[in-house]
Amino acid sequence: MLAFVISRILQAIPVMLAVALISFAMFAYVGDPVSIMLGQDFTEAQRTQLIHDLGLDQSFLMQFATFIGNAVQGNFGLSYRLSRPVAELIAERAPATLELAFCAAALAMLIGVPMGVYTGLYRNSWLSRAFLTFSLVGVSLPTFLIGILLILIFSVWLGWLPSFGRGEVVQLGWWSTGFLTWSGIKALILPSVTLGMFQLTLIMRLVRAEMLEVLRTDYIKFARARGLGNRAVHFGHALKNTLVPVITIAGLQLGGIIAFAIVTETVFQWPGMGLLFIQSVSAADIPVMAAYLMLIALIFVTINLVVDLLYYLVDPRLRIGRGAAGGH
Amino acid sequence: MSGALARALDSDLWWSFRRSPTTVVSAVVALICVLGALLAPVLAPHNPFDLATLSLGDAFKPPAWTPEGDAAFPLGSDDQGRDVLSAIMYGARISLLVGVCSVLFATVVGVVIGLLAGYLGGAIDSLLMRIADIQLTFPSILIALLVDGVVRAALPPEVHERIGLFVVIFAIGISAWPAFARTVRGSTLVERNKEYVLAARVIGISQARIMLTHVLPNVVGPVLVIATLGLGGAIITEATLSFLGVGVPSTQPSLGTLIRIGNDFLFSGEWWITIFPGLALIAMVLSVNLLGDWLRDALNPRLR
Repeated sequence: MLAFVISRILQAIPVMLAVALISFAMFAYVGDPVSIMLGQDFTEAQRTQLIHDLGLDQSFLMQFATFIGNAVQGNFGLSYRLSRPVAELIAERAPATLELAFCAAALAMLIGVPMGVYTGLYRNSWLSRAFLTFSLVGVSLPTFLIGILLILIFSVWLGWLPSFGRGEVVQLGWWSTGFLTWSGIKALILPSVTLGMFQLTLIMRLVRAEMLEVLRTDYIKFARARGLGNRAVHFGHALKNTLVPVITIAGLQLGGIIAFAIVTETVFQWPGMGLLFIQSVSAADIPVMAAYLMLIALIFVTINLVVDLLYYLVDPRLRIGRGAAGGH
Repeated sequence: MSGALARALDSDLWWSFRRSPTTVVSAVVALICVLGALLAPVLAPHNPFDLATLSLGDAFKPPAWTPEGDAAFPLGSDDQGRDVLSAIMYGARISLLVGVCSVLFATVVGVVIGLLAGYLGGAIDSLLMRIADIQLTFPSILIALLVDGVVRAALPPEVHERIGLFVVIFAIGISAWPAFARTVRGSTLVERNKEYVLAARVIGISQARIMLTHVLPNVVGPVLVIATLGLGGAIITEATLSFLGVGVPSTQPSLGTLIRIGNDFLFSGEWWITIFPGLALIAMVLSVNLLGDWLRDALNPRLR
């Protein structure tokens, strides 16, 4: 177990280094931080001094090492656009994005898995067909269009739910939460549905396909022959064995949720990291872009790691010895 | 020519096409989208770029079938009196152009890298596939956004305005190549050890020529399917980038740009400015995706 964990962590390091190199290259070669920071009036001495202060006269490797050292401490310098520390900007926006991503993921799992089980068990019922048609539409609709349609229906026509912002938030230390006020919860509904829709349909289709596969296997027949009830067979035997691929895909999709939060946050003017990122892309604000890239990479690498470890817990075959594991 | 046509009509592909009503309907819808886009200058009722024909008096006309509608504007008009239907037809041109070009770009890059990795093997193979793996862990929209953002930061605004379309094609193409590279590499690994390749090597044909004229024709089959399936995704990515305001330049509005602009009028009740371009986008992507699904199943001998 420990060797497995260590080998996975070692595999993640080159990925992080590669992403750090890209971030650093953006810093070093795109735009000219010296002229941006100096402004209009400067002497040659000031310029040389600033270049020295920023460490730009050092070798590439030294600069890269300094960059990594700073990045590990969460120091990404000042935003070109807002002249504030990047780390502070991101920390301020992170709770909004994380709460949104959490709600979307929870929604996708809590609705997607039961829908998948149902369509897998009752393949030919009209409700299953309706679910499948719905899922085809959900996969083909771009995220931003789902958001716009929901706003049109629930905000403009019915006037039930707010269409932008987080509503009232409560500060818990440095974390601002929308869970504790009624308007905060109402503001979460449309963005979470928008963001979770694609994952929901994906999980539903996956669970359905896996259920169909598992229900054909011998041990399900044996379980029935032993006289176990439908409930025990469906959930205790069948669903449990679909969980490995579901956990992988759901885990990897969590990264997708955070990426697509950029789109959802733009549609709903949600004050999170994604909106900050898109504003930075429009304004060519390299430090924020670089920091966001590193953060996203860290989140993705962590998710992959956790997914691998969960495998280990869910599938006993992996624990006995890798390579010896067979199919179902 | 008629012989080829007769053969095509007799083929398995045509048979499986006719047998699936969904596929026939999607083909018709896709054809309407493509023709409407290509023939926009001929078919569109107005030219949305000809400012002389626009009149602010025509602004915010609802669709023609509503009580206040105007037959001259079948799907209504926008804030500047532009016909929404014409804007959609011209917008679909840009969307299709960017979608097709970026898929082509991704195909070329992916096939070349896949061939090199699969045929040469060794350190080059591990390096290239490692890069593909790393890129595949990130969603393509994120890669496209990032490439677009970096190019935007590196270029002066006036240059970017001029070549913005190519920047988007480049960004989306770069975000999509690993899928092609992985497939081509896989088939190349199989082909590399077959006798015809060994024979070509024995008679002293250069490696580049073996890859291009001998291996390549035998590995492009699956590429066609991935390209068709990727087209819908590329169109959505372009629309998303343009919706976020970082895609194609505003002088060349795509469907995504139209949706972004129309979105500002959603609350004042002029829903048609944003919903109709949205429906056009859905129709286009859904029909292309369904055609791609059919092509994948029809070309897969295991499913017959």
